Amino acid sequence: MSIGAVIFLLAFAGAVIWFTYNVRRIRRNILLGRDVDRTDRAGARWALMAKVALGQSKMVVRPVAGILHIVVYAGFVIINIEVLEIIIDGIFGTHRVLRFMGGFYDFLIGSFEVLAVLTWLGCAIFLVRRFILRIKRFWMPEMTAWPRTDAGLILTFEILLMSAFLLMNAADHTLQGMGAEHYVLAGAFPMSAHLAQFFNFSALAPSTLIGIERFSWWFHIIGILGFLNYLPYSKHFHILLAFPNVWYSKLEPKTEMSNMPRVAGEVKSMMDPSIPPPAAPAEPTNGLPPEHFGAKDVFDLTWKALMDAYTCTECGRCTSECPANMTGKLLSPRKIIMDTRDRLEEVGRVIDAKGKWEDDGKSLFSRISEEELWACTTCNACTQACPVNIDPVEVILDMRRYLVMEESKARQELNAMFTTIENNGAAWAFGPDQRMKWTEE
Amino acid sequence: MSDPIKVPTMAEFAATGEVPEVLFWVGCMGSFDDRARKISKAFVRILTAAKVKFAVLGQEESCTGDPARRAGNEFLFNMQALQNVTVLNGYGIKRIVTACPHCFNTIKNEYPALGGEYEVMHHSQFINTLLKEGRITVDGGSFKGKKITFHDPCYLGRGNGEYEAPREVLLKLDAALVEMKRSKAKGLCCGAGGAQMFKEAEPGNKEVNVERTEEAIDTGANIIAAGCPFCNTMLNDGVKHFNKEGNVVVKDVAELIAEAGDL
Repeated sequence: MSIGAVIFLLAFAGAVIWFTYNVRRIRRNILLGRDVDRTDRAGARWALMAKVALGQSKMVVRPVAGILHIVVYAGFVIINIEVLEIIIDGIFGTHRVLRFMGGFYDFLIGSFEVLAVLTWLGCAIFLVRRFILRIKRFWMPEMTAWPRTDAGLILTFEILLMSAFLLMNAADHTLQGMGAEHYVLAGAFPMSAHLAQFFNFSALAPSTLIGIERFSWWFHIIGILGFLNYLPYSKHFHILLAFPNVWYSKLEPKTEMSNMPRVAGEVKSMMDPSIPPPAAPAEPTNGLPPEHFGAKDVFDLTWKALMDAYTCTECGRCTSECPANMTGKLLSPRKIIMDTRDRLEEVGRVIDAKGKWEDDGKSLFSRISEEELWACTTCNACTQACPVNIDPVEVILDMRRYLVMEESKARQELNAMFTTIENNGAAWAFGPDQRMKWTEE
Repeated sequence: MSDPIKVPTMAEFAATGEVPEVLFWVGCMGSFDDRARKISKAFVRILTAAKVKFAVLGQEESCTGDPARRAGNEFLFNMQALQNVTVLNGYGIKRIVTACPHCFNTIKNEYPALGGEYEVMHHSQFINTLLKEGRITVDGGSFKGKKITFHDPCYLGRGNGEYEAPREVLLKLDAALVEMKRSKAKGLCCGAGGAQMFKEAEPGNKEVNVERTEEAIDTGANIIAAGCPFCNTMLNDGVKHFNKEGNVVVKDVAELIAEAGDL
């Protein structure tokens, strides 16, 4: 085995091990959330995933960004088929081992080239939209230094990977034309042929060309392995989680709120003393905090809400459709989800460091203010807008439940409304005896 | 339009052993709010004209618990909901119609988990069925050729996927139905949902209802059609904000049909 192959294998193994470690860490964090059953109606879930995640149906609601995204997404996914060949070539020192497919191989390589150019252009346009046109939703307050850098890095990285891929093909194509040893004729190069011409590759010495080809090859493959391991630290993790996240979507009507069996049980027992009150929840044994009414911290949210948090790609479509946000209120649904993720990561780091959860004195409320929570109209424009079916309203309402039921901290007028309902059975201060008055006017 | 309306209660039905075709859930706004009471009455006129055997709960009706639940008070929601479910089940209610999308959403989606399973309709759906079955007929009347724009209530549209029934009803008026820039799934909230109706808005630079009413006025419509008493109030306030009371009115779908049919 050549030294190159050994280096390649080591890099590949290292990348897989590191990535697996991080995926397991994220999985553990997601499972800190409380249980919710999202496995019913499997058929509908597969169909939804095919439409929304694979088919990008909610992306194209905004056609410019949507179509560009499909180009980049398709390009990136399909070109990665080529990685398979790159891996085999890397291990066995072969050159374009899949060329036995003949005409179909030429078709594949040709298509990859076209897609690579389109992906390159798509990413370039995204960079322009984000950093030169400065589209508003990419520059809102929650888009602090890191989220902006993250987006820039992802796009730059994809452009570099595509450049290396095309440069590698251009050098290979020229070497094949020269009849250089090892570089047997294989593949069609509709794009990189122009690139080779542009850089006048045929004037270069074969050894220089081999250098360019090898460098691009290594850059491309190491780049992909590096990119893979960048995902768990980045919003770009959505390329993986988008699929399960959509599969586990809430299928109930958007404005339906989940039932809290423990509260219902308490009230039933209060109204009918013959019904025993529900048993107190078991004390958690693994150092986790006790169950709350509503959500104080990430442990009180459902695991789906936590998966939402890791799936968010910070596109800001939710916030740009939010009536509270567009009228200057503090609430931004994207910030709610980003804060949930950042808090979950913080909790995960404590567990990593101490081996189990130890209270750090912080919670979701260290990041999310009451003013944000009370600004929501529960209109569900955000859940409608989200291309990967994230539900910020659930987090907001669970946190309101905590504020009210555990801290008695509602806005004053809402406390008055509660009292009115308790006294009159109506949110207006009219008693039941006045319920029929409208019929008499 | 001046004949007094007749609104029988479930208690009266039960006393005679009769069963109504449908229960009209009036809701708190429909019972107590001056503006929304007109919507309740318009809907009763439609029911009466269509010879629908209906009843209301009257004194036995109580808040569904929607605003309490959205404001985080799950205990109060459960007290209201369980009490209502007991009353509804006690009368053996099967079908419910309501002019309030919040009541509609709560009874339809959230009562089943508490033992209350009913067929629940929004009044725009019910009126649409009455029109389709020919139980009432309307022609455009004074609305013929007028520009009407429909504001989608979040709890009916995005919440429960009903965008067409109110529009189909409005098309019966021979009016020109114009859409706002943001409509149907992308419709903009009026600002009242999630218990906002009962509190001051959080600090900001504009009221949501002003933003929405602006959009409605921009369509050039003289009539803003609503399907929710909350939206109705918010849009009315918006029209007042722009001093447009003279040329723009906010009307519920039921009011428009009742007026057109001179019911």
